[in-house]
Amino acid sequence: MQYHSPESFAQAARLAAEAEGVTRFLAGGTDVLVQLRADIVTPDTLIDIKKIPGTHDITRNGDGSWTLGVAVPGAELGEHAGLVADWPGVVEAMNLVGSTQVQGRATLTGNLCNGSPAADSVPAMVAASMTATVTGPDGERVVAVEDIPTGPGRTSLARGEVISALHIPARGENAGDAYLRFIPRSEMDIAVVGCAVNLRLDGDTITEARVSLGAVAPTVLLVGDAAAAIIGSTLDDAALDRLAAAASAACKPIDDKRGTIAFRTEVAGVLAKRVARIAYARAKGEIIKGHHG
Amino acid sequence: MALDDRKSDGFTFVGTRPNRPDGLDKVTGRARFGADASAPGMLHGAILRSPHAHARILRIDTSKAEALKDVKAVVTRADFSDKVEFAPGLEGDFWNILENVMAGDKALYDGHAVAAVAATSALAARDALKLIEVEYEVLPHVTDVDKAMLMDAPVIRQGAADYSVPEGMHPNVVRKHESGHGDVEAGFAEADLVIEDHFTTEATHQGYIEPHACLATLGADGKGELWCCTQGHWIVQKTCAALLGIETANLRVTASEIGGGFGGKTTVFIEPVALALSRKANKPVKLVMSRSEVFRATGPTASASMDIKIGMKKDGTLTAAQGTFRLQGGAFPGGPADFTAMCAFAPYNLPHVRQVGYDVMTNRPKQAAYRAPGSPMAAFAVESVIDELCNQLGLDPIEVRLKNASREGTKASYGPRFQRIGLVETLEAAKAHPHYTAPLKPGQGRGISCGFWFNHGGETSVSLALSEDGSAQVMVGTPDIGGSRASMALMAAEVLGIPYENIRVTIADTATLGYNDVSHGSRVTYASGLATIKAARHAVEKLCERAAKKWGIPVDAVKWENGCAVPSGPNAGEFDPLPLADITADMGRTGGPISGHFEATPEGAGVSFATHIVDAEVDPETGKTKVVRYTVVQDAGKAIHPTYVEGQFQGGAAQGIGWALNEEYIYGADGRLQNSVFLDYRIPVASDLPMIDTVIVEVPNPGHPFGVRGVGETSICPPLAAIANAVSAAAGARMRQLPMSPPRILAALKADG
Ligand SMILES: Cc1cc2nc3c(=O)[nH]c(=O)nc-3n(C[C@H](O)[C@H](O)[C@H](O)COP(=O)(O)OP(=O)(O)OC[C@H]3O[C@@H](n4cnc5c(N)ncnc54)[C@H](O)[C@@H]3O)c2cc1C
Repeated sequence: MQYHSPESFAQAARLAAEAEGVTRFLAGGTDVLVQLRADIVTPDTLIDIKKIPGTHDITRNGDGSWTLGVAVPGAELGEHAGLVADWPGVVEAMNLVGSTQVQGRATLTGNLCNGSPAADSVPAMVAASMTATVTGPDGERVVAVEDIPTGPGRTSLARGEVISALHIPARGENAGDAYLRFIPRSEMDIAVVGCAVNLRLDGDTITEARVSLGAVAPTVLLVGDAAAAIIGSTLDDAALDRLAAAASAACKPIDDKRGTIAFRTEVAGVLAKRVARIAYARAKGEIIKGHHG
Repeated sequence: MALDDRKSDGFTFVGTRPNRPDGLDKVTGRARFGADASAPGMLHGAILRSPHAHARILRIDTSKAEALKDVKAVVTRADFSDKVEFAPGLEGDFWNILENVMAGDKALYDGHAVAAVAATSALAARDALKLIEVEYEVLPHVTDVDKAMLMDAPVIRQGAADYSVPEGMHPNVVRKHESGHGDVEAGFAEADLVIEDHFTTEATHQGYIEPHACLATLGADGKGELWCCTQGHWIVQKTCAALLGIETANLRVTASEIGGGFGGKTTVFIEPVALALSRKANKPVKLVMSRSEVFRATGPTASASMDIKIGMKKDGTLTAAQGTFRLQGGAFPGGPADFTAMCAFAPYNLPHVRQVGYDVMTNRPKQAAYRAPGSPMAAFAVESVIDELCNQLGLDPIEVRLKNASREGTKASYGPRFQRIGLVETLEAAKAHPHYTAPLKPGQGRGISCGFWFNHGGETSVSLALSEDGSAQVMVGTPDIGGSRASMALMAAEVLGIPYENIRVTIADTATLGYNDVSHGSRVTYASGLATIKAARHAVEKLCERAAKKWGIPVDAVKWENGCAVPSGPNAGEFDPLPLADITADMGRTGGPISGHFEATPEGAGVSFATHIVDAEVDPETGKTKVVRYTVVQDAGKAIHPTYVEGQFQGGAAQGIGWALNEEYIYGADGRLQNSVFLDYRIPVASDLPMIDTVIVEVPNPGHPFGVRGVGETSICPPLAAIANAVSAAAGARMRQLPMSPPRILAALKADG
């Protein structure tokens, strides 16, 4: 196994493009090293991106948008008051990952690129319209987060491509986001269903919304019908029922050790309602603390 | 010398809560567990396991692995004794264990060991496994207990059934138990309400935090050393010697500090393999299981399918009860169907009762004991039906249980008459507990259940030696899995009259003490405790003799009081009390070292009962359950170290919560275990548990000098039922299948309307 710690993304991309066999980038390592030790994936090349300048920074840009370094661990997101105020849903989703120990290492980028349909932060990133800068041997491109995972353990990144930064749009006025997951226990578990909602109000009426579901299909879903179900409403009971129905209808889950098709489909609707209420309350200016479990 | 044989009050040390003797070692990391041993020149072992649930092994080619420079030995079944003979049922126990630790002609479950490697590093050993070629002929498999009994089920092993199984049953049914008394049909005819129902439970793992680990050395001279985490090293010694074909006494086994066992470390898995590798490589070999290996290839408990029928009169009197219990214990005989049947109705005084148990083989790992093996599932089924009877007849569940409770003199459902027991006392304490009458919030339900376990005595040997400075060392042979070193020290302190801190209790290895049964059956505080008390009394006799000699009076004119020899009465003469340390200071000159010893197979373990109260809350939209309040009431006979007793009570409840709500072995259609890691095998995490309140009831056991009854197992008997009753009340739907995972609860809620 070859271990590299490049000092720029261009160099990282070059190393990855030239490498043979199985290549992994090493962000927090909470997937990579676990898979290595469990004899699931033994990379031939390991490219540690943590030494690249800027990868630990959380930056608020002049227009109110955010740029996140790809090595920022969950714990630092949770300790950043400005980010928590703007994007509580994204932060609470990432903070659900693992334990205190895991939070000290695990990153949004790793969660995204590991490609798990149940990854907790991904629905929240999708709902927040986040994008990623991807650096490849031939330069950079910007990609919507929802376009990165393509199936369990797979992404749309080409050989030699590495995510060099994540971006969150400016929060703007009268808006809020939230994420909830269903797990049978209270923590240290993997989402059976995950749901994120991001919305904006004009008065009491929802004018913009994005609804995303995790663990109910081979990739995280952006559910347009679910958003349409609440746009134009005040999140009254009828709108919530429409939302639940649209969320359930979008599910294409499997029966497995973690839950049944019927259960996931039903609970996706239940969670969508609960999450929408939190996002709505946050858009109204209420402070609602992160939910665990 | 006067020594009361029994003592029930006026204790100085017993009943106090001193610091645990192993505490500092454990919090500083100084404690040495199974994987913490190493030896010069040590090799690392790894085991190749079958990916198939059932397959004939046609060929194993180890040559590529053996050709590696780092590989020093490869073993298969051929490297074990060929003198271990097959026999039906439990008669052929060594053969069953050998077949389990290394497959013979067939791989019998996903994870079954088929070969093993010793190499210069753990990584090299792991990679060498990939070079071993095994040709399998995959056979049809069965993992479900009911399906394994059907006539068209694949046969796991012909001839494994013993004499108890009637003609005409499938060969996978290997033992049958039947017991009871009276005429159940007549009893059901007297009832105002009879409920008959079917219940199932899944296999659960003990979930001890320390995976199995050992360090083995075995030379060409047939002499060996073994360090391992185990609940009983004499059984390891005996079993390994048989499997390797060496003399028992030539293998010295030392028990490491142990990170949990709960019954699962009462047998061997990797130890004979490490010894075989060591013998072949002529080097020490260390073997450490991964968590996945622990799940796939050590013993979970059995899964169960049960039919219960109980009759009750309008006033709550039970008229008759009957149960059929089918347990699968993996690909070997030994599923505890007999215990399940015998425990099922033990809490109740029944004129008419009948229970039948079937031990069934499937393509799963060989079950091992798990805390009161067989009893928790029986309680789940029986206590659910009693709860339903109470609901339908509008009766208070504790009053009904009190009305029917087994007492001293009751003929037990499984045969004997109970001696002094404490079931009624636990029920009275539960009734009086504020929990029982506390208001419930909407969406919450309350459940109660009783539970029973036999407890065990077992072969026991203890030695105690006094030091010149008056301190004492106690050598016991039962690994400390629940705080027994503290309890032994307290009991020895009580007899000797010296402080707890001056007594060090050590788990002796097999070369330094006589045979001891494993730490199981809740036997340690009872049996090793009894032996410790008697060994201490033996030393006290000698101390009194030395005093008598010094004073020149007869030995029966000396008694032992508060750590001193004193004249037994005014006629004995006027002498100042002679403290223990004064006697031991001179012992070399007054007759030599002073030690005490006791060995026996004590028979008076004293059965034990508990009553649990649980409040559960169910989310009607997701089926998720939260246990919001939990109270354990259990008879301890006498709590030697109450903090440890409470810990046992809480631990049983915590494991019960996992078993009831989320833990289960999940098999795919391919017969492979789907969830062999803690991510998907969902034991409760700390935040899943409420504070578990405890009430220690003390109804002394006449079979122990201080009244001790074992407490380690009974605590896991009521939880499944108590939680199921609480969840059923909260959900408004009877839950008949464990675990009550959210998908099952949500499905039950939907089915109910
Ligand atoms: C105990 C424990 C609990 C966990 N609990 C959860 C949980 O509750 N929810 C959850 O969703 N996950 C959970 N995880 C999984 C894991 O922690 C998360 O997926 C985490 O976010 C991964 O981030 P990382 O920085 O550690 O990624 P790494 O392990 O470093 O990398 C993961 C993947 O991302 C790729 N990658 C990393 N950086 C880049 C980059 N810049 N460009 C392109 N590809 C890149 C790597 O090649 C690799 O394939 C848990 C893990 C553990 C060990």
